Amino acid sequence: MFRKSREFWLLLLLMLLAGSSFAIQRFPRPEFETGYQQPETMLPGPRAEIMAVVDLAVLILALSAVSWMVLKKRSRKGVFWVSMFSLVYFGFYREGCICAVGSVQNVTLALFDPTYPIPLTVLAFFIIPLIFTLFFGRTFCAGVCPFGAMQDLVAFRPKTINSKVDAALGMMPYLYLGLAVLFAATGTDFIICRYDPFVGIFRINAGFSMLLFAAILLLTGIFIARPYCRYLCPYGVLLNWISRFSYRHMTITPAECINCRLCENSCPYGAIKIPNSVKYAETRRQRVRKLMFITLLFPFLMVGGGWAGSRLQETFAGVNRTVKLAKELLVSDQNGQDVESFEIKAFRSSGKPLTEVYQEARIILHRFLIGGWILGAFLGLTTGLMVAGKLLENHQSDYVPDKGACLSCARCTDYCPVMGNTMPTELNHKA
Amino acid sequence: MPTRRVFLQNLIRGGILAGLGLLTGSLVFRSRKGGTCRLNISCNACSKNGSCTLVPAFETRQFVWQLDPSKCIQCGRCATECVHTPSAVKCVHVYAMCGYCDLCGGYFKPDTKTLNTGAENQLCPTSAIKRSFIEDPFFEYTIDENLCIGCGKCVKGCGAFGNGSLQLQIRHHICDNCNECAIARKCPAGAFSRVPATSPYLLKGFGKQPLSGDKTGGPESF
Repeated sequence: MFRKSREFWLLLLLMLLAGSSFAIQRFPRPEFETGYQQPETMLPGPRAEIMAVVDLAVLILALSAVSWMVLKKRSRKGVFWVSMFSLVYFGFYREGCICAVGSVQNVTLALFDPTYPIPLTVLAFFIIPLIFTLFFGRTFCAGVCPFGAMQDLVAFRPKTINSKVDAALGMMPYLYLGLAVLFAATGTDFIICRYDPFVGIFRINAGFSMLLFAAILLLTGIFIARPYCRYLCPYGVLLNWISRFSYRHMTITPAECINCRLCENSCPYGAIKIPNSVKYAETRRQRVRKLMFITLLFPFLMVGGGWAGSRLQETFAGVNRTVKLAKELLVSDQNGQDVESFEIKAFRSSGKPLTEVYQEARIILHRFLIGGWILGAFLGLTTGLMVAGKLLENHQSDYVPDKGACLSCARCTDYCPVMGNTMPTELNHKA
Repeated sequence: MPTRRVFLQNLIRGGILAGLGLLTGSLVFRSRKGGTCRLNISCNACSKNGSCTLVPAFETRQFVWQLDPSKCIQCGRCATECVHTPSAVKCVHVYAMCGYCDLCGGYFKPDTKTLNTGAENQLCPTSAIKRSFIEDPFFEYTIDENLCIGCGKCVKGCGAFGNGSLQLQIRHHICDNCNECAIARKCPAGAFSRVPATSPYLLKGFGKQPLSGDKTGGPESF
């Protein structure tokens, strides 16, 4: 036995000297004499493709059901039960993947990388909630998004947040969306999926950091209703924009508002606009000055933001794997390290020329420069819009939902004492 | 001016709808690198299935993650980076390629003196490989996937000293098919890619690969 194995080692040594490449048939398949049956290699398949269509059907049905509950039935209970169903289906059954929030990145990657095949279902998960929002407001947030449903469950003691703090925190989704688009467009990373707070809970396998993030969100969620949706969700930015132009947004009252103030504190998200009739409190001079300030603010913020964004080029690009590899190779070639990282080992064994990696890294770095400018300018623009929105506040005489921020959860409808079923169209437009 | 306001709002609504339509249209109907298939039938129904490099015009196919064993350098990150513990990456034994060696590079540690099933001789940290005698001098090696953590130690050994019949693959009944695979992010060799769900395995040296339960053909011998 011992001799046999020594011979074997000699043979192996020879083979190694001859150069070991992958999967060479060094030892032929033996001819068995005992009638041995070779077992089959088991290859279990993935989920059936048709199930993607089921997901899509459930999405459309859930969106329709919530929209009907919010706009026709005006029932918070109905919205709640649809959202619980969505939590179970999209959350715990589908384990958080496929989701509309993350699909932003797939769509971005597909736009910038023509080799990335975006499945139609992912595209549909991105587009369909947006279309529903254009017609009925953010009903997706109210009852289809499992993240929202999760946070709605713990919103026991929602506190009103100072409007300035709210506006400042409200800038975070823009930053998150901008970064997610930048990293997806350069093919670097899907940061929305990477820092997803709840997917680990849906799968009951969260790591420590994810568990911590989710715990923080859910604990804050007791006092600040839906913190992720309001101060982080990047898809919420798109829904917010589109919802401002929604055709038939939900209304607090089914008929004419009687200014009874019963709904005033009913919104846990601070999305109810309180009537103010101080329309002519400012002089003409003050208004002109304000407008001048706003007009000057925009170019300043956008150019400043763009410049700052472009400065961060190297920091952002450092996340990219090709740039990282190029950096490591540069250091390793200069210093001649003894222990090479797996990345360098893998690169050396792939036989790719060094110049190609440097070239690729240079292209990606340049993309980050342009991306940094655009990201900075975008953030400058949104900051400017936020400031302008604060300075030029709208004046209205009724209690109406802020169409951008309203998540159509229908809580306020329970507080409205006005009876009636449907709202006249002209009133709806006035809102 | 309520009517003008309504008109403007409708204009913006129309614009948003048109924009969304344009986005959808451009993503669905665009031509891609490597050419676009104009047949517009499912790849299963096409006679060229498997040998064609064209991208379907309508991307209705689902994609799943898989790793290419020919790029894999067995760094061991599959065992640690997956959102699942133990990992959804497992060692798959392609029996058709196996040499049934007595001295298996994937089973024994390189400095093993005695070729027996003693734990101190085994390369696998979880003893997931079972060695059973068939006939002199051949042994069969089977993998207990419940024990396999996807570390790739055996894959490295088999690839270096043997036929390379042990290969790492994502097992699709375990994989959650995350939007972005956590292992793909950390794979130093860039071996992970999205593959069509209709042919979800990338095993090497193994002809036609029917999925388990698929009766349309058996594995061809190497």
